Amino acid sequence: MSTVAEKRGFLAVLWDYLTTVDHKKIAILYLVSGGFFFLVGGIEAMLIRIQLAVPDNDFVSAGFYNELLTMHGTTMIFLAAMPLLFAFMNAVVPLQIGARDVAFPFLNSLGFWLFFFGGIFLNLSWFLGGAPDAGWTSYASLSIASDGHGIDFYVLGLQISGAGTLIAGINFLVTIINMRAPGMTYMRMPLFTWSTFVASALILFAFPPLTVGLFLMLFDRMFGANFFDVTMGGNTIIWEHLFWIFGHPEVYILILPAFGIFSDIISTFSKKRLFGYAAMVFATVLIGFLGFMVWAHHMFTTGLGPTANAIFAVATMAIAVPTGVKIFNWLLTMWGGSIRFTTPMLYAVAFIPSFVAGGVTGVMLASAPADYQYHDSYFVVAHFHYVIIGGVVLGLLAGTHFYWPKMFGTMLNETLGKITFWLFLIGFHGTFFIQHFLGLMGMPRRIWKYLPNQGLDLFNMISTVGAFFMAVAVIVLLANVIITQVKNVRVGNDPWGDGRTLEWAISSPPPYYNFKQLPLVRGLDPLWIEKMEGRTEMTPAEPLGDIHMPNSSFIPFVMSLGLFIAAFGAMYQIDWRASDGADYVWSLPVLIIGMGITIGSMAVRSLKDDHGYHIHKEELMDDHDKGGRE
Amino acid sequence: MKEGFNEAMKNGLKKWRFLPLVAAMAFILSGCGEPFLSALQPAGEVAQKQFNLMMLSVAIMVLVIIVVSIVYVIAVTRFRRSKLGEDFIPKQVEGSHRLEVIWTVIPIILLLILAVPTVALTFELGDQSGAEAEDEEGNREALVVDVRANLYWWEFSYPDQGIVTAQELVVPTDQNVYFNVIASDVKHSFWIPAVGGKIDTNVDNMNKFYLSFDSERAEEANNLFYGKCAELCGPSHALMDFKVKTMGEEDFNQWVTAMQEAGEAEQQFESDTVADGYAVFEDTGCIGCHAINPTQQIGTSSGPNLTTFGEREHVAGILDNKDSEEVQAENIKNWIRNSPDLKPGNEMPVYNQDDLSDEDLDALTEFLMSLKVNNE
Repeated sequence: MSTVAEKRGFLAVLWDYLTTVDHKKIAILYLVSGGFFFLVGGIEAMLIRIQLAVPDNDFVSAGFYNELLTMHGTTMIFLAAMPLLFAFMNAVVPLQIGARDVAFPFLNSLGFWLFFFGGIFLNLSWFLGGAPDAGWTSYASLSIASDGHGIDFYVLGLQISGAGTLIAGINFLVTIINMRAPGMTYMRMPLFTWSTFVASALILFAFPPLTVGLFLMLFDRMFGANFFDVTMGGNTIIWEHLFWIFGHPEVYILILPAFGIFSDIISTFSKKRLFGYAAMVFATVLIGFLGFMVWAHHMFTTGLGPTANAIFAVATMAIAVPTGVKIFNWLLTMWGGSIRFTTPMLYAVAFIPSFVAGGVTGVMLASAPADYQYHDSYFVVAHFHYVIIGGVVLGLLAGTHFYWPKMFGTMLNETLGKITFWLFLIGFHGTFFIQHFLGLMGMPRRIWKYLPNQGLDLFNMISTVGAFFMAVAVIVLLANVIITQVKNVRVGNDPWGDGRTLEWAISSPPPYYNFKQLPLVRGLDPLWIEKMEGRTEMTPAEPLGDIHMPNSSFIPFVMSLGLFIAAFGAMYQIDWRASDGADYVWSLPVLIIGMGITIGSMAVRSLKDDHGYHIHKEELMDDHDKGGRE
Repeated sequence: MKEGFNEAMKNGLKKWRFLPLVAAMAFILSGCGEPFLSALQPAGEVAQKQFNLMMLSVAIMVLVIIVVSIVYVIAVTRFRRSKLGEDFIPKQVEGSHRLEVIWTVIPIILLLILAVPTVALTFELGDQSGAEAEDEEGNREALVVDVRANLYWWEFSYPDQGIVTAQELVVPTDQNVYFNVIASDVKHSFWIPAVGGKIDTNVDNMNKFYLSFDSERAEEANNLFYGKCAELCGPSHALMDFKVKTMGEEDFNQWVTAMQEAGEAEQQFESDTVADGYAVFEDTGCIGCHAINPTQQIGTSSGPNLTTFGEREHVAGILDNKDSEEVQAENIKNWIRNSPDLKPGNEMPVYNQDDLSDEDLDALTEFLMSLKVNNE
């Protein structure tokens, strides 16, 4: 990225990123690979909308369409939204709490590479006989019945990347609990840190049920178990429960960090501390807690009976209360402030009504008897795109513009940023608002085509046109990124000028050891406090001393690679066994070799002491915050 | 029944505090979609109650949106930095206890207004006791239909009447019809949007619910509603449509009698071609999966029962016959020759020229078109 990198040559930079344990570089890895998967998922979405533009269309085939809709959902949730959030968590949270790095830098790297190889494995299904085709929910009866290896790719890919996510979640929990700078009490943490904390706790509790479900399915499909085979005494409803016990908290794992990003942006560009900070924190925790109590609202039509439906309906409605508290606190933060409409702020301002729209349809969906109509119709499609795009994706786009200078040391062009914003916003509402009505007019979701003369033609066409606006917006954003990085105009600590939290008290990008001296935090919005007292920098909390740093390591990459290789073995041994050992004889050895690589690298990591190294005081004194990467 | 409707509407509305808003919403939304498909043009008591609940929730939500919008618009217009100047330092307000209480309590009240009818209706729609009610002679009073969902086709059997049909559900209007639903391969979901919400057809267990079909609204839909599969079930999930024919109770009873008689009657052929067609039907093996007797293979057949095939409005639930015999013949031939293209992944074998000559196909088509029960 920087001039230093150019001097060092491509291979050296590549090796640096393959072995890095620096949270700032891992953030870039998450951003680039999450961004890549976002584009892949976006292309899948465009193909879906082109297919549905006109009735009885044959642009894509039925089987391929089901693969598209499955991979669009799976990719966007697991491989785009979550990694992109991890990108900002990695880039910003350690800085916001005044830490040198995350608690476990090695695990941070491992988490990324597991996600990366899992994602690559899942997407290789396109080239190896067909992608999964049972929807991102992969309901058991259909996924067990699905031919080919699509579902196997889904199960193995998500298992690998899910392990990475779990590791990342635990890492952030420990980091936020243990690594806060002197004075950074819990109730002084910026909202993005708070929401990362709560989302990480959700990951800790929500991913294990998914892991269990995926293992059961893995055994069913690959090793002849019958957990979900009704004819053998299995039960498919169990999968629905396991999936949604994970799946519902998952949406809060996505939305809470986005709330955090918006809270920080709104406060920053209103030049005002967050209104009702304590209530905001409490609402975040409460949403996280209630998120585990409502999974069965995805199953109102499964036939759980009126008692279960009524309980889950009321519990679901309860979530609206803390969410409403947040909305009003954001509004009141802007009220009486001094609002500057930068690109990130535009996203934040657009987020509020967009998310309210998604939120109110959420309450409508909570009403179980009415949900019998909404369920599995385009109304639901409209609802969750309103919360996920209107909430999470707007948050990610806002975060991209907001934190870009902190991550790369350059500013994205504001004019192009605003063009992206308007195109995206118009496209988003154009695509999805009308889908509420399509659902109520009788259009089920996940349909490959609709026949003419059912009154569905016009609205579908409008929806497709909207999707093209979003596509153009993303292209403009990409152009903006390229132009910005080519021009490479460096910026200072606080390029927005309104920074309030610790990350804006350090150079952009920060030196590889972050804070030379840990800062002393004297309240909420520590940098703002210093600014109001006429200082431009934080007061250090400690004298200048040696800094203990972790060594880079190639082991996380190898460890993940081993599982990636083993997954192929696990999958093709189905064919090996089906052919009575005639074909795919390599499959079992590959499984064993892959596992061997992973376990071997674990052993190396365990047995070989790696004490890291120290940066000495003298070096630090020479280094006047050059702002470049190592 | 219609009065029951209006009464239900009135009772429902009395409790509501947002009458004008609800009326306006209902008016705007009822213009949406086609009467045979749209949940916004409810054509039965269940759909109507669900629609009313939707409108109540929409009204509450619009209220919320209005409040948020007012605060929002004022905030983003009054407090712009371009108006206030760069040097303006806003007061760093911590929060307001009173405001926090207000915007916690008011939403709770609004949600309670929605929660009470939600819970009530959940239990009301979950009440299956009507399916058990018996008259003095011990016969069940209500009509019960067993629905079996299969990869891309639907079977509807009437256990008390001992008859079965497929792809076209036939029901009497203005009474509760009780459904027992199950799937025989993968999970599907049974949905007639205009008449009421859906219920999943699980592979594990039988689900039960009821619907009722309003005669007046059914007339607006030409007594033919569209039904859909609402759960992803494979490539042709989108094409797993069925149709619902509604008729008055008397007509329905006549239909049942006609079906029962058809089950007992000897096979008779209108013409030699039809007789030839029947021979083809047997020889080619069609009869292995498709019964043409409404009392046979109930709940076990691997293809739709074809007893009333000649009367259906669609072939395979998707090819519209448009009330024309030529189109119908065309559709049947197209289906037999090209079923994998028309419904990808469906289980019916392909019959090309080698399996079935054009002549035989013509005869078979004649035969299939002759399969009727109501010969008014």
